[in-house]
Amino acid sequence: MSRPSDHIDSAPAPSGDGISQPKLGFVGTLRWFWRQLTSMRTALFLLLLLAIAAVPGSLVPQRSSDPNGVTQYFADNPDLAPILDKIQAFDVYASAWFSSIYLLLFVSLIGCVIPRTKHHLQALRAKPPKTPARLARLAGFTTRSAPAGTDAATAVASARTLLKQGRYRVALFDGPKEFSASAERGYMRETGNLVFHSALVGLLVVVGFGSGFGFSGQRVLVEGQTFVNTLLAYDSFNPGRFFNDTELDPYTLTLDDFEVSYETANLEAFGQPVDFTAGVTVTPRGGDAKDGAVRVNDPLRTGGTSVYLLGNGYAPTITVKDPEGTVVFTDSVPFLPQDANLTSLGIVKVPDGLADQVGLVGFFYPTQDETTTGSYFSSFPDLEYPVLTLNVYAGDLGLDDGVPTSVYALDTDTMEPLATRTSDIKPLELKPGETQELPNGLGSVTFENASPDAAAGDYSDSVPRFASFDIHHDPTQGWVLLFAVLVLGGLLTSLFVPRRRLWVKAVEQADGSVRLEYAGLARGEDPGLESAVTALADRHAALLERSASVVKPVEPA
Amino acid sequence: MNLNELSILSLYSAMAVYALAFIAFAIDLAKRSSAVDSAERPAGAADEASVAGAVAAGSTTTLTRISARIANDAATPYGRSASLRVGVSLIVLAWGLHLVAAVLRGIAAERVPWANMYEFAMTGTLLIVTVFLIVLTRTDLRFLGTFVSGLVLILLGIGALQYYVEVAPLPPALQSVWLVIHVFVASLGTGFFALGFALSFVQLLQARREERVGTAKPGRLKFLQTLPSAFTLENLAYRVNIIGFILWTFTLMAGSIWAERAWGRYWGWDTKEVWTFIIWVIYAGYIHARATRGWRGSRSAWLAIIGFAAVMFNFGIVNVFFKGLHAYSGL
Ligand code: HEM
Repeated sequence: MSRPSDHIDSAPAPSGDGISQPKLGFVGTLRWFWRQLTSMRTALFLLLLLAIAAVPGSLVPQRSSDPNGVTQYFADNPDLAPILDKIQAFDVYASAWFSSIYLLLFVSLIGCVIPRTKHHLQALRAKPPKTPARLARLAGFTTRSAPAGTDAATAVASARTLLKQGRYRVALFDGPKEFSASAERGYMRETGNLVFHSALVGLLVVVGFGSGFGFSGQRVLVEGQTFVNTLLAYDSFNPGRFFNDTELDPYTLTLDDFEVSYETANLEAFGQPVDFTAGVTVTPRGGDAKDGAVRVNDPLRTGGTSVYLLGNGYAPTITVKDPEGTVVFTDSVPFLPQDANLTSLGIVKVPDGLADQVGLVGFFYPTQDETTTGSYFSSFPDLEYPVLTLNVYAGDLGLDDGVPTSVYALDTDTMEPLATRTSDIKPLELKPGETQELPNGLGSVTFENASPDAAAGDYSDSVPRFASFDIHHDPTQGWVLLFAVLVLGGLLTSLFVPRRRLWVKAVEQADGSVRLEYAGLARGEDPGLESAVTALADRHAALLERSASVVKPVEPA
Repeated sequence: MNLNELSILSLYSAMAVYALAFIAFAIDLAKRSSAVDSAERPAGAADEASVAGAVAAGSTTTLTRISARIANDAATPYGRSASLRVGVSLIVLAWGLHLVAAVLRGIAAERVPWANMYEFAMTGTLLIVTVFLIVLTRTDLRFLGTFVSGLVLILLGIGALQYYVEVAPLPPALQSVWLVIHVFVASLGTGFFALGFALSFVQLLQARREERVGTAKPGRLKFLQTLPSAFTLENLAYRVNIIGFILWTFTLMAGSIWAERAWGRYWGWDTKEVWTFIIWVIYAGYIHARATRGWRGSRSAWLAIIGFAAVMFNFGIVNVFFKGLHAYSGL
């Protein structure tokens, strides 16, 4: 079978293997090494090693899946973390040691599969092997005697017909006193096994290189905003190694509205979101606009990309004016949700137009409520009683240093607090549509109402929402799926198709009668072997019986 | 009383009946031991000698002989037992109540009853028993009744006491057909792995006993003599485990497809993904071990046991205590 020599079905290797071998020489050593690498034992060892090596990555946060967790880990374990980092514990699945295990495993796999494939291709064309001299030692050994008058050659010929019907490949062997049929079936078992292992290699290759050809990018859109699929329009963009940005298909995507519904009937789950739907319009370049939707678990596929809904929240529209009433800032600012009831945190930076640079740190409560100690919180994620509070700082926003700063963070250390919880002037507090003066006569700030015409007390549309989208392109996903299907298909055939040999032998006895012998041999797991032998014997006997009664003239008693 | 409360009532009744089934099966094991004792007294020595002979011959004759039905190759034949039949009837009754509990929970929640830890525990254990009962119709594995009813009782106990949550609508992240497919197939695979684990475990005990046969040290677990040989147990375990493995392979793939739809990548080494992968690799190792000279027998059985330990770890520990995207245990 050209399986590794330590496969359970292989003949044991000649003794003295490895221990008292004569000088191997360089080529001999290489060959010995290769045989070791492609042995079943090594494959097993590497598989178990792979399983063990995968464990640490679940105990320690990984940069690839949980970068914030890694930062936190460094903060919590300042002594241990750098040591762990040295051994690539935060990048386990890209680490040198993890990679070398699976690469070795796959080298072993290829070294194992190639000779087996060659061998199997030959076996597919070869005749079943010669019938063993003694069947009695084989599985399911059964004997019958042929009906009187049946000769050995005919008996074997009819066995052949039966076996052929059972999709066995059959070879006949004639001897002086005995005739036999040697049959084999289940070549698909080995084919399936080889497909399975080869598809694993395919999977590794495609997964390994696939990500290099794609990209992923993120973009936040407030209701009403439009995004053009070009490099500059992304908030962040991670191209694969081989990605070329001329491949971007410049379609436009508009977030028309963002619908959220919350559970209100079931008190056990009150306020739990039950649906998020981003209603969008997609316009291919030079094509007609089409409506679409992006939901959790239901990405929008367009222009060679998949658009995923990643997150959402409120984007209060804030306008800042100077003392003369000239607008120096107006925008819908995405506020980052801090809890399940969407208490949200947002930053406004006003670098120009006022007497000082001004920074605002805002808290937004979609349904404002107050604890007994007087601090605010949100008690429901929808817009029941929206309140915006703003801490006001003046001073250097740090925008001119040339150091890129996050739009979601404000360094207040170097700024003067004008209105905060600890300063004389308390934070500004606004409901949609309200305006307040900034301290020190700097100007005014307005929390715009997005639906000024709504009935009093109806705030449901007063604050726009934003959605953050993850946009991916991976041209190799189809291949991954194909190989996965081959893996599964190969597995099913290799585990469930029985590969077996059956033999039927007809031996002429001294008294002229014919003794029939049946036996089988399993190649790999074959729980049905014995019953297959018996079933063959039974059907063969029945067939012989029938033809004997047809052919043979009835002899007078 | 609303549907969910009925479901809970039904579940607790099922647990009570599982406990009774456990007792009946345990009594059966005790009876097996005393049956062995009485069989040994008159013709003990001859019996053991023939077993030793069969074991020695096993290496040549049995290697290729794997019969479709369980070979009745127990060292001491064991007749009918009332407690065994009572045990089976009770476990079927408990299974019925358990099924009702799961169905009522599903109706109460207006969705499939496997969307948080409590429900995984309920449906997962239901599938373990279902697999056991289905296998029973083909092969006499009733001697595993204590294990199955005991395991299910423990898991249900933990699930109902530690993980109970009220009915809640599915969060958007779980609203997917892949929840139905992926989680169901994973639980079904777990059912097969559980049975494979039990068989491998008994196989190890049996192998130890068989080694002792002929020596002067008889083992203490007498009932083992009424169970199939280690060789037969190993073949049964293998057949059950490979079905589990195929289902697990499918779980892995279905999970990847879902991850692609939900998170935009089919594989990201999230903790739950890591453990699903580890389990898959351990069982691939088990299958290899069975085909590797020097590893068939007890060594490969250990891998099946480690594999199932990893499955339980993945369900009980990773879901609850590890941080990751799969944070939907509902706790
Ligand atoms: C990525 C690593 C590997 C994995 C995940 C893997 C997995 C599997 C699985 C699941 C099976 C059982 C299904 C089937 O027969 O198709 C199997 C069988 C087999 N594998 Fe692998 N394998 C790997 C590497 C290797 C290597 C390196 C070798 C060669 C040394 C090898 C040789 C075999 C053989 C000979 C069988 C047939 C076993 C039998 O006769 O029952 N495999 N493998």
